[in-house]
Amino acid sequence: MTNENKDQFRPPEHDSDHFLLTTVVGSYPKPKWLNRAKELYEDDDHGFDADDYQEAKDDASRLITNEHERAGLDVVVDGEMRRNEMVEFFAHRIDGYEFNGPVKVWGHNYFDKPSVVSEVEYDDSWLVDEYEFTADASDRPVKVPITGPYTLANWSFNEAYEDDDELTLELADLVNEEIEKLVDAGARYIQIDEPALATTPDDHAIVGEALERIVADLPEDVRIGLHVCYGDYSRIYPEILEFPVDEFDLELANGDYDQLDVFKDPEFTKDLALGVCDAHVAEVESVEQIEENIKKGLEVVPPEQLVVSPDCGVKLLPREVAYGKMANMVQAARNVEDDLDAGTIDIERGAPTPADD
Amino acid sequence: MTEYVSTTPGLYPLPDWAKDDLSDLKGHQKHDLISGDEGEAITAAYEEARDEVIGVQQDAGLDRVVEGQLRWDDMLAHPLAVADAVETRGIVRYYDNNNFYREPVVQDDLEPTGDVASELEATAELAAGDDLQAVLPGPYSLADLATDEQYGDEADFLGAIADFLEGEVDAFPEHETLFLLEPSLVENAPEDGQDERASEAIDQVASATDADVVVQPYWGALEEKVYAHLLDADIDAVGFDFVANQDDNLYNIQEYGAPDDIALGLADGQNTLVEDPEAIRDRVEWVEGQLGVTEFETVYLTTNTETFYLPYGKYVEKLEVLAEAADLAEVTAA
Repeated sequence: MTNENKDQFRPPEHDSDHFLLTTVVGSYPKPKWLNRAKELYEDDDHGFDADDYQEAKDDASRLITNEHERAGLDVVVDGEMRRNEMVEFFAHRIDGYEFNGPVKVWGHNYFDKPSVVSEVEYDDSWLVDEYEFTADASDRPVKVPITGPYTLANWSFNEAYEDDDELTLELADLVNEEIEKLVDAGARYIQIDEPALATTPDDHAIVGEALERIVADLPEDVRIGLHVCYGDYSRIYPEILEFPVDEFDLELANGDYDQLDVFKDPEFTKDLALGVCDAHVAEVESVEQIEENIKKGLEVVPPEQLVVSPDCGVKLLPREVAYGKMANMVQAARNVEDDLDAGTIDIERGAPTPADD
Repeated sequence: MTEYVSTTPGLYPLPDWAKDDLSDLKGHQKHDLISGDEGEAITAAYEEARDEVIGVQQDAGLDRVVEGQLRWDDMLAHPLAVADAVETRGIVRYYDNNNFYREPVVQDDLEPTGDVASELEATAELAAGDDLQAVLPGPYSLADLATDEQYGDEADFLGAIADFLEGEVDAFPEHETLFLLEPSLVENAPEDGQDERASEAIDQVASATDADVVVQPYWGALEEKVYAHLLDADIDAVGFDFVANQDDNLYNIQEYGAPDDIALGLADGQNTLVEDPEAIRDRVEWVEGQLGVTEFETVYLTTNTETFYLPYGKYVEKLEVLAEAADLAEVTAA
């Protein structure tokens, strides 16, 4: 069995017959000097100007892209070095948003939750520069993570639209416009991040409608993933199988795969990008442990449909831990591929047979 | 003649400088949050912030002054989070919001702490004679937000929470009004039998004070039976979230009546769009008009929810609007 959409990212030098695509969700710890550069840039008393800061971001982007290559990932990202926060970054680039100051998430953790004060409109491209720079810095395929319209709407104050659904659909059109530009620039792998869906699972219908708008008129071979994390998946599965995407990127290692059975029945008909490393435990999982985690995915989908990645963005981890996880993850995937080639893996797929049947 | 009273359910956002200072002083992790025995520097920062938000209320011209509940890192779960019998565990979601609090797990017999009373004492000094309003979670919501590992039985646990809150109220300095916030009555509505017990628990806490007691559910309207039971409690007013739901709230009042006093949640505590005072006044008249013959003794004008969801500047504007709307309503009524 082949999977053309996924196999377009298979490296020419890949030895095994089986191919478990390895990639990341997106964010990666920023080098300390990049944070320092930002402070200098924001300090009016300092001569460190916009050009200097741009150069620092370019350097960081190149550095982390190369770090992903060194870890052996098949598809790389620049670790989102140019982005501060997943809603703020885009809100700054969309007309119709304004910022009124930080709000509490929990304890003393805040974010600049923006307000939509007028019709949202597309101005300049959001991510084409980032994509082109990263693609230029690497020989490997580059994935572009982009915050989805449902999350952009739900994690903002809505002052301008009748309801959040209307705002979500308007934003979906803008995301579509951006993805078209990315595709024109050469991008072939786009990941829509919708963490808000996990917290309000009853809204899967509007997310589906938004995705239809997002993929409208995109070429077939462009790979579209959807990342959803930290929620009760049983409330959105199997409904999400109707979504017009190629891949679901799911966080399952954090809960020790206690939600795995959710995806066994009915049959998982998309590609599964399985979280095999916990993004919130600052300890590098061993290669053996990750191999076991990867095999969990084979209980849900055949190898052709399996992609391997961490649970979520790893930006909160110490950088050496993040790197260790990537490197072990790639090694584990290659080991499992060899075992699959050798025919030494025997895993029963699908819904467990009830004991009393 | 109806008296229009502008007020808020408390739980304010910290001023931005205090967000920064307290982040630095306390840290960002869950073990860094308020435990009730914070040191001098942290206490001083909160005192300064409290002074500021009391000033904001006075400048706006609100008819009731609240403490602001700036120390309530765990939002409505705060009174339990500082109790000896409680262990705070992992971070859990606060209703359907992108906000989180530490899960309070009750592991021993609950004893009142006096934590909220001491906040109110400090507020009374700063309020300089203005009418003081106390704020507490209602017993049903507080029990709903917590986990019980001590009492074993749901009814016993609710009873213990009611005893606990009654003890907290006993220690309060003199206050004009007490707001009991009960979002769980909407969000996780009590079932048969539970609804009656929730009403009795509220009655018990309300009876501990001579002040006017307002029970404010939010994020929608109460189910009919829950509302009918709530009216059995000896309380002075029920609050209605007219931002989230107009029809069902009106229906409840029309079908079952209301106490002589009513609280109208008309300004949105979770949206930066600042309402016009005239529009709020018009909505008060609209509600009164829909109810026909009913004339209330007191109408509290408030945000529907807590206001910590808002950026600080927008929170200040919301308070100004409420005060102005109450003044306009008085004028119109006269």
